[in-house]
Amino acid sequence: MLNSEVESEPRAGLKPSPGQNPETAAAPEVSPVRGFLLSRGNSAIADAGFRWLMVFSGLSIFGIVGLIVWQLALRSQLSWQKFGFSFFYRSYVDSVTHQRIFWDPVSGHFSALPFIYGTLVSSFLALLISVPLAVGLAIFLTEMCPQALRGALAFLTELLAAIPSVIYGLWGIFVLVPLLRVYVNPFLIRWLGWTGLFSGDNPTGLGFLAAGVILAIMILPIISSLTREVMTAVPQSQREAVLALGATRWEMIRMGVLRNARVGMMGAIILGLGRALGETMAVTMVIGNTPEIHASLLSNGSSMAAVIANEFTEAVSDMHLSALIEIGLALFIVTVIVNALAQLLMWAVTRGAPATAR
Amino acid sequence: MNAETFPLRPSMPPSQRFSMRSWMRGWTDRAVSALAILATLIVITPLVAIFVYLIYKGAKSLNLAFFTHIPNPPGEPGGGMANAILGSGIVLAVSSAIGVPIGIGGGVFLAEFGRGSKLANAVRFTADVLNGVPSIVMGLAAYALVVVPQKHFSALSGGVALGIMMIPTVCRTTEEMLLMVPHAVREAALGLGVPNWRSVLSITVRTASPGIITGCMLAFARVAGETAPLLFTALGNSFWSASLNQPIEALPLQIYVFAISPYGDWHRLAWAGALVLIVLIVLAVALVRFVTSRGVLKGTS
Amino acid sequence: MGVGIEVINLNAWYGNNHTLQDINLHIPANHATALIGPSGCGKSTFVRCLNRMHETNPIGRVTGTVRIGGLDIYQDANPVEIRRRVGMVFQRPNPFPTMSIYDNVAAGLKLNGYSNRRSLDEIVERSLRRSALWDEVKDDLKKKSGASLSGGQQQRLCIARALAVDPEVLLMDEPASALDPVSTSKIEDLVFQLKSQYTIVIVTHNMQQAARVAEKTGFFLNGRMVEFDSTHKIFTNPSDKRTEDYITGRFG
Repeated sequence: MLNSEVESEPRAGLKPSPGQNPETAAAPEVSPVRGFLLSRGNSAIADAGFRWLMVFSGLSIFGIVGLIVWQLALRSQLSWQKFGFSFFYRSYVDSVTHQRIFWDPVSGHFSALPFIYGTLVSSFLALLISVPLAVGLAIFLTEMCPQALRGALAFLTELLAAIPSVIYGLWGIFVLVPLLRVYVNPFLIRWLGWTGLFSGDNPTGLGFLAAGVILAIMILPIISSLTREVMTAVPQSQREAVLALGATRWEMIRMGVLRNARVGMMGAIILGLGRALGETMAVTMVIGNTPEIHASLLSNGSSMAAVIANEFTEAVSDMHLSALIEIGLALFIVTVIVNALAQLLMWAVTRGAPATAR
Repeated sequence: MNAETFPLRPSMPPSQRFSMRSWMRGWTDRAVSALAILATLIVITPLVAIFVYLIYKGAKSLNLAFFTHIPNPPGEPGGGMANAILGSGIVLAVSSAIGVPIGIGGGVFLAEFGRGSKLANAVRFTADVLNGVPSIVMGLAAYALVVVPQKHFSALSGGVALGIMMIPTVCRTTEEMLLMVPHAVREAALGLGVPNWRSVLSITVRTASPGIITGCMLAFARVAGETAPLLFTALGNSFWSASLNQPIEALPLQIYVFAISPYGDWHRLAWAGALVLIVLIVLAVALVRFVTSRGVLKGTS
Repeated sequence: MGVGIEVINLNAWYGNNHTLQDINLHIPANHATALIGPSGCGKSTFVRCLNRMHETNPIGRVTGTVRIGGLDIYQDANPVEIRRRVGMVFQRPNPFPTMSIYDNVAAGLKLNGYSNRRSLDEIVERSLRRSALWDEVKDDLKKKSGASLSGGQQQRLCIARALAVDPEVLLMDEPASALDPVSTSKIEDLVFQLKSQYTIVIVTHNMQQAARVAEKTGFFLNGRMVEFDSTHKIFTNPSDKRTEDYITGRFG
C-alpha cells in the first residue's frame, strides 16, 4: 500500500509541497482494520462487570471484618450471658485452699483477668526494651550510617520482621530461656530483687521476662523501620536550618529531626504495641502458661493469645470454648483500636501520601 | 539555640565560656553517637545469633529423609516432615487461591477505580487495620466459619484462615505497585480505544506485574510461617494426608509441636523444619528487595 | 480517509474551573489544523474533548456537541468506540514499557481482539513505515522494548501505534514539545505527509510549527477560541487584536 514515501532524513524546516506528494492515491473506502474495529462492540457491559468485580473485592475487606465480629460475638454468647462484663475482672477464692483463683475450666470458673495482665505486662516490657533500641537504630541508619552499610542493615531488620513467630519461639525455648535461667535471672534477683519485680521462686527461666524479651526482638524491626520512614520524611532543609545555627549532630537530630518526627514515631510505637498484644506462638512457648497474677517478672503467667492457642483444642465444655472466644473477641477489639490509632498517627505524618501518589 | 552559647557577657573571659560549652556539646554528641551504634549492635546480635544457631542446628539435622519420610514415633530416631511439607503446600495453595485474586482485585479497586474517594480511603484504612489483627483471631474466625459448620477440623479451614490473612497485604502492595505505573501509560491505552478492563489487566497490571508478584510472594512467605491460625483449623496430622476435608499437618505447626515436646529427635526435626522455613522466607524477602530496589518499571519516561 | 469535525457550544470544566467556554468551530477533513495559544489556555483540554479523554479525569466535565464525520460522539457513541476512530499522540512519548516495539504498534489491535498474525505483521510494517521509523527499528522489532528507543523514536513509535488502528482523525497534543530540534522536524515532516489521509489536529505552543504544517489555525486564550482561520491569515493579518499581540510576541 502507501508506504516508503516518507523520507527518513529530511532537512529541518524544509517542507515539500502537497502537489509533489504521491500519497494522494486513492485509499479504500473502509480498510479491513477499520471494518474489524467497527465490528467490535463497545464493551460497556464487560467494563461495568469488571468494575463491579473490583469494587466487590475491595468491599470484601469490610465483609471480613464484619464476619469476624459477627462470628466471634455469636460464639461467645454463652460466656457473655453468664458473666457479663465481670468476665474481665472477676476472681474467686477457693474455699479449701483459700487461694485466689481466676481460671479453672474444671469447676467452671472463667475470668480473663490474668491473661489481660500477662498480655499487658509482656507487651509493655517489650516496648520498654525495644523502643530505645529501635530509635537508636533508626537514628544510626538515617543520620550516621555509611551508605553501603545502610542497605545491608535495613535488609537485616527486614529479615528480622519476616521470621515466623514459631521460630522465635523455638529459639526462645532452646537459647533465650536457658540463658535467662543460668545468667540473667540470678543476676537480677541478686541486685534488683529488692524491687519485688524479680523474685526467684521459678526455676524454669520461663515467664513474663522471657516473653517480654522475645516480643521486644519481634517488634523492634517494625518500630525501627517505621521510625526510619518518618525520620526520612523530615525535609533536609530542617536539618540544614539547625546545622546552619552551629548545632552539633546530636542537637541537629534532637531539634531538627526528632521534634518533627515525634507524632509519626508515636504511631510507630503504638503499631509495635499492637503487634505485641496479639503475638501468639513465641509468647505461648516461653511465658509458662499458668493463669496466675504475680508481681515478679520472673514468674510464670499467660497471655490472652497464649491461652487461646494453648487450650482451644483441648477445651471440652461449651463454656470453656465460649470463654476463649470471648477473650479472642476482646483481643480483636483492642488490637483494632490500637492499630487504628497508630494508622491515624502515621497518616497524620505522611498525609494522603499513598492515595495521591502519581 | 541557646543565646548563651555566644560569649556576649563581658563578666567572664569569652573564650573560656565558649570552650566549656563547646566541650560539653561535643561530648554529648559523641556519647549519643556511641549509644546509637550500641543500639544497632544490640539489635543485630539476636538476629545473627538466631541465624547462626538456626543454620548450625538445622543443617546438622537436615537430610534427605527429612523431605521424604513422615515423623517417627517418639524415641525412634530418624524420620522427617514430608507430610508437613505436603500439607503446608496444600494449605497454602488454598489460601493463595482465596487471598491472591481478592487481594489483587481490591488493590485494583483502590488504585484504578476508587482513587481519592471516601470509600477507597475507608477500604485502605480497614485493610491496614486488618493487617494488624492477631493471626490467632483469624484462626478463631476460620474455626467459627468453617470448622463449626463442617463439624470437623480440615485443611480447607486452615487455608481459609491464611487466605483471609493474605488479602490485606496483597491488596495494599498491589495498590502501591499500580500507583507506580505512570498515568501516561494508562492514557495511551485508553486513547487507543482499548476497553477499560482490558487496559487495566493487559497494560496497567502487566506493567506492574513484577511488583505485584513479589508482593504476593511476600504475603505467601508471611502466612507460610503462621502457626497460630492453624492450631484449631488444620489441627495437625501425623500421617500422610492430601484431603481438603481432613485435618492436615503443616510445617510451622509441626515445628511448634516438636519444639514443646520432650524428645531430642523431635527437637532436631524442629530445627531442620525451621531452617527450611527460613530459607523460603529469606529468598522471598531478598527477591522483593531486589525487585523494588531495581525499580519495578524500567525505562518509563 | 479522514472525516471532518464539527464542534458546537463546547464547554469543559476541571472541578470548578471552567477551562473551555463556548467553543464553536469546524475542522476540515484531510487537513492539518493547528491550535495555538499560551499554556493553560485550554487547547489541550479541547483536543482531549474530541476523543472523550477529558472525562477520564474524575473531576472533568463536558457539555455541548462534537460531531465527527456526522456522529455525535457525546450522544450516540461509547467513549471506547470513539477512541478507536480518533487516534491520539500525547505530549510526552508514552510507549508501553513492558512491550516490544512490535507489540507496541500492534497493541491497539491485539488488545481489541485482532489476532490475524499475517495481517498484523503487515499492519505493523506499514504503520512503522508511515511514521518513518521502520528503517531504524526493523531489525529488532521483537527484541527491543519500546522504552529502549530514544525520545524522538519513542514519539514516532507512538504515532505508528496510533496509525495502526487506521483512525479517521489524529489528535496530537504538543507532540514535539519534549523532543530535540532534529526529532521535532521529523515529526513535522510526518504530519505533513500524513495530513492528506487523516484529519489532523495538532496542538502546539510553537507558532513556527503551526505555520509550517497546518492549513488552518485556531488561537485559544483563557478558555475561549479567539480566532479560527486559515493559517496564512492568522499569521499575516489576524482580525483580532489579541491574536496579533500573541503572534507578535507581546505576551505568552
